[in-house]
Amino acid sequence: MKVWSIAVNTFRENLRDKLLYNLLVFALLMIGSSLLLMHVTLGEFHRLLLDVGLGSVNIFSVLIAVFVGIGLVNKEIEKKTIYTIVSKPVARYEFLLGKYLGLTITLLVNLLVMTAGLLAVLVAQAVPVEAVLFKAMGLILLECMVVTAVALLFSTFTSATLSAIFTLATYVIGHLTADLKTFGGKMGEGGQALLDGLYYVLPNLERFNLKGHVTHHLEVQTAELLLIVAYGLAYIALLLVSASVIFQRRDFR
Amino acid sequence: MMSSSDLVVQTEKLAKTFRVGFWGKKVTAVDGLTLDVRRGEVFGFLGPNGAGKTTTLKMLMGLIHPTSGRASIFGHPVGDLAAKARLGFLPESPYFYDYLTSREFLKFYGHLFGLRGAALEKRVDELLELVGMTAARDLQLRKFSKGMLQRVGIAQALINDPSLVVLDEPMSGLDPIGRKEVRDLILRLKEAGKTVLFSSHILHDAELLCDRVAMMLKGRLVACGEVTDLVERGTTQYVEMVIDRLLPERLAHMRPLTERVVQQGERVMVVLSSQVHVDEALEIVRASRAKLVSLTPHRASLEELFIREATGAHRPVETHV
Repeated sequence: MKVWSIAVNTFRENLRDKLLYNLLVFALLMIGSSLLLMHVTLGEFHRLLLDVGLGSVNIFSVLIAVFVGIGLVNKEIEKKTIYTIVSKPVARYEFLLGKYLGLTITLLVNLLVMTAGLLAVLVAQAVPVEAVLFKAMGLILLECMVVTAVALLFSTFTSATLSAIFTLATYVIGHLTADLKTFGGKMGEGGQALLDGLYYVLPNLERFNLKGHVTHHLEVQTAELLLIVAYGLAYIALLLVSASVIFQRRDFR
Repeated sequence: MMSSSDLVVQTEKLAKTFRVGFWGKKVTAVDGLTLDVRRGEVFGFLGPNGAGKTTTLKMLMGLIHPTSGRASIFGHPVGDLAAKARLGFLPESPYFYDYLTSREFLKFYGHLFGLRGAALEKRVDELLELVGMTAARDLQLRKFSKGMLQRVGIAQALINDPSLVVLDEPMSGLDPIGRKEVRDLILRLKEAGKTVLFSSHILHDAELLCDRVAMMLKGRLVACGEVTDLVERGTTQYVEMVIDRLLPERLAHMRPLTERVVQQGERVMVVLSSQVHVDEALEIVRASRAKLVSLTPHRASLEELFIREATGAHRPVETHV
């Protein structure tokens, strides 16, 4: 219950934060702008709407995950609000878990608003909506949950600026891990071992990308979907446990 | 002899060394601190800024891990959730979730203790009443003054009706009315049977409130005992008199007794170098039919007392244990 109280409080904090609304308004504008782009495009209107719409939802969800995520713990330490929480009968891991859960709820609510915006555009333009679109949305949420956990891990031991840089770097590399493996194959033994190591350690975020499936009307097998979800959840668990171990040892000066 | 159940806080050779800067230079913030706080007493933790008071309190609250030594609260090791369940803590210059209203703020902290529903609502209302914040119950904390923040800060420290209340510099930054209110509140807590541990760098606060005090300097305990002993050590250093309409020739008589004379129109302020000159100075005032406006004895400031302690005693002084 303590975790839930902290999560609700974090959600409330996010709701009263201007940054969130700015990002949300921009996302909805981007989705809406695809209607304008239609007029300057030849053919493939449906694909354009889906591409721009899903891309906007993805980018803005990740931005929220990174920029709200890095502040989750850092802000508490900088503003010294953590003093009153840690001195209450709350274990440090419960605090971290609550903060994480709070931002996950925020991400979910945002995603729902953005999805509603996208659906409005699609319905208005009579684009058929397929089930895979919702699967893609679900995986965008899962990807953001991984990114949030990365941000949370970094923010337990470094400053907000460095956390932002590291998290964004992890996000970019996370989409290029397949290239790391290919690149490693063309290197010597040492280089290959290093890049193979990175390939397995870094999150493979490209696995969560179903945008191609949506635009090309491809279905995803349930077994594959479950595997991706299991991979995401396992990765999140690993990050949260590491964050808790570091956070437990930290002094709040 | 005190039984161990009468000891609320116990520390034994508690120490904390921080590593600072790029090269990780070691700085000792607290060095071998051994002290006890007894049930039902108001215990003052005194020392100039940077003496290690806040670091010690943070170690007791589980915010900082000690480098060595031991500390326990209600017999539980510090940081233990069972100990935290029975204490309330107000940090120094507290910062809170400023997007919450006072009611939401207190309810959130209540939830962390497992309080719910009508019992929590009642407790929140009681506390807002206690700290005089009922009128501002639905106002966001970002709109609060420092004094108001301190009040809701005290309210959050009391949400679980704690047996031990720990306040870090509770009077700092408050106006005289606010300071008095905090002092009254501490005394009320004592009457209710709570143990109060608070830190301050102002001797006056300790004099009015504390049963016992510990004095820290540069991370070390320099004295620990009853407050009366401490105050007696701080003998009056000088006496300040403000007099109206003192004739110049009378002032000339008084000059040998004074350290300093400041004249402003008809009013003159004289600083007597010692308390023994007070009677003589008063005689002069009476004889000249001048009017005595005020007479203020000044004690050594706490910082001066500490410096004396530091140079005079290299080992901890136990006066009454």
